Amino acid sequence: MTSDVAAAVGYQDPPPRKGFFTDTSVCIGCKACEVACKEWNAVPEDGLNFTGMSYDNTQSLGADTWRHVAFIEKPAASRSSVSLGMPTIGPPTGGTPTDRTPISSDVQNQAVPDVVAGQTQNAGTPDFQWLMASDVCKHCTHAACLDVCPTGALFRTEFGTVVVQQDVCNGCGYCVSACPYGVIDQRKDDGRVFKCTMCYDRLSVGEQPACAKACPTESIQYGDLDELRERAQQRVDTLHAAGMADARLYGESPDDGVGGNGAFFLLLDQPEVYGLPPAPVVTTADLASMWKHAAVAAAGLVVAAGVAFFGGRE
Amino acid sequence: MSYQPTTDSPQQARKSLQGWRKRRGERLMVPPAEFTSYYGRAVLKEPTWEATDIAGYLFLGGLAGASSVLAAGAQASKRTELERASKVTAIGAISLSMVALVHDLGRPERFINMLRVFKPTSPMSVGSWVLSGYAPLAGLAAASRITGRAPRLGAAATAGAALLGPAVASYTAVLVADTAVPAWHEGFRELPFVFVGSGAAAAAGLGLLAAPVAETGPARRLAVLGAAAELAATARMEQRVGLIAETYHQGRAGTLLRAAKLLTTAGAVGGAMLGRRSRVAAAASGAALLAGSACTRFGIFEAGRASVKDPKYTVVPQRERISAADGFADAEPADT
Repeated sequence: MTSDVAAAVGYQDPPPRKGFFTDTSVCIGCKACEVACKEWNAVPEDGLNFTGMSYDNTQSLGADTWRHVAFIEKPAASRSSVSLGMPTIGPPTGGTPTDRTPISSDVQNQAVPDVVAGQTQNAGTPDFQWLMASDVCKHCTHAACLDVCPTGALFRTEFGTVVVQQDVCNGCGYCVSACPYGVIDQRKDDGRVFKCTMCYDRLSVGEQPACAKACPTESIQYGDLDELRERAQQRVDTLHAAGMADARLYGESPDDGVGGNGAFFLLLDQPEVYGLPPAPVVTTADLASMWKHAAVAAAGLVVAAGVAFFGGRE
Repeated sequence: MSYQPTTDSPQQARKSLQGWRKRRGERLMVPPAEFTSYYGRAVLKEPTWEATDIAGYLFLGGLAGASSVLAAGAQASKRTELERASKVTAIGAISLSMVALVHDLGRPERFINMLRVFKPTSPMSVGSWVLSGYAPLAGLAAASRITGRAPRLGAAATAGAALLGPAVASYTAVLVADTAVPAWHEGFRELPFVFVGSGAAAAAGLGLLAAPVAETGPARRLAVLGAAAELAATARMEQRVGLIAETYHQGRAGTLLRAAKLLTTAGAVGGAMLGRRSRVAAAASGAALLAGSACTRFGIFEAGRASVKDPKYTVVPQRERISAADGFADAEPADT
């Protein structure tokens, strides 16, 4: 069902659904994705501000920001890693599951090669953890923006992605309020809305999106969604085996509130830590019920007027 | 600073807990007192809509739709002044509405793209089609009544507008509820009744204001029914949405919605008690009803804004949902 979103809207024999798997455990916060996206898509400047939010002056996704790298500085002590029961350097530990002993540098360097690039690796003092994550439009299976667009400007491509037709959008802004992730937004001086297209032009000629192409650590992986999901599951299993109990997939499940994301993530903390909603639901899931309630209310108005006119004693 | 979870005040946490108990009838074992966010930033984007345009439209659309129903009743019961006032109000309000709607577009010159497709999944698309059917009928009904020409066509248009009027008055609730905005979406069951009740009260208020006392009996009764529906639905909504109800009580939205309750109640009660005897009292009651309806719409609009600005209203209810799905065994230990 999730793989044939394009067929569901009428494409004959569409290509496999394409997607992003953003593995934040290997993100190094270089922002090459942000730059590549801006360059390829000619996205205008989104403001030069100093925010004090770690290294994040980009702030959030928006009309002029289609990739956004989040930076979270957190004490490593807050990590709820499971104890691996392995020899560690430093004072002895209790060894209970609630123990918050960090993984030793030994384990990081040998047992889990190349998996924890997002964290500090100072031998003996992993007291600080730096989470970085490149956010992007989720290209939902059940896309609220697409559902509510009154003009048909937003549409589903043959690759299963969601794209705005800029020559149709009349800037009503409905999609902005409908998106459960706060992705799409209006360009004020232009009036229309803009968001990630997953580089529709590049996909059309068999290229990968600019951000994935530029990512130096393969944190952003592009490909067939089914294959990416398998790859992601293997990755999260590897991280769990290495003791990184906080590793979890976000948006990969076709059973979630939006039917799964075309762009999903491997996170190392709760989604809201990265500014992502923990359990979003496409607003149109309740639409049938909304219409029913509105119909009853409308009928109520007619009945009330009938009572007002013909139920009185005058 | 960078990784401090934002913590609800004890009162806020308690309020949320009460909401839970009422909804689930069960004891919440882990109150959602804490949540994390990305530097306190909103998860959702603020609506691009201007209050004067869109909240103004919510008010005017409700006034127009309900006025058409009132107009049909007035015509059927031969209350000619009430009929005339209601018909003029309907076309006037819906014309202003359309101006406001087009004005709010980022590309007003492309407003006609609204009629490019018909999409049942988009309440705005449905509304555009309903309005383009309703507005000409309301216009015909008013023109026929004012000029006295084509009375049969006028009667047919009056009936048509009265049939579409309730749709105009109620669909706007679906329009705002069909978004990710917590204070709008979570109230989707009650909002249509709040909006229709508010529209009925406004139309009745206009009738009280514009028609002679001898004709306004139905308007007085409709005001009471509309106000009662609005207040009851609002109370139920405030109770059911849990933590999000804060946005109806605090700040600008709180002020507006408190004013709405006072004005609507005063207008409905005043109209019922004094409206039969005094034209002045009837007019004052009518004005209060109109102002109350406007306050309701602007208040709900502002509550939506407030519920988007604070990530609490996005994250905490979703966390509650996860906890409920996990049978209260929170799968993810809260970070401190």
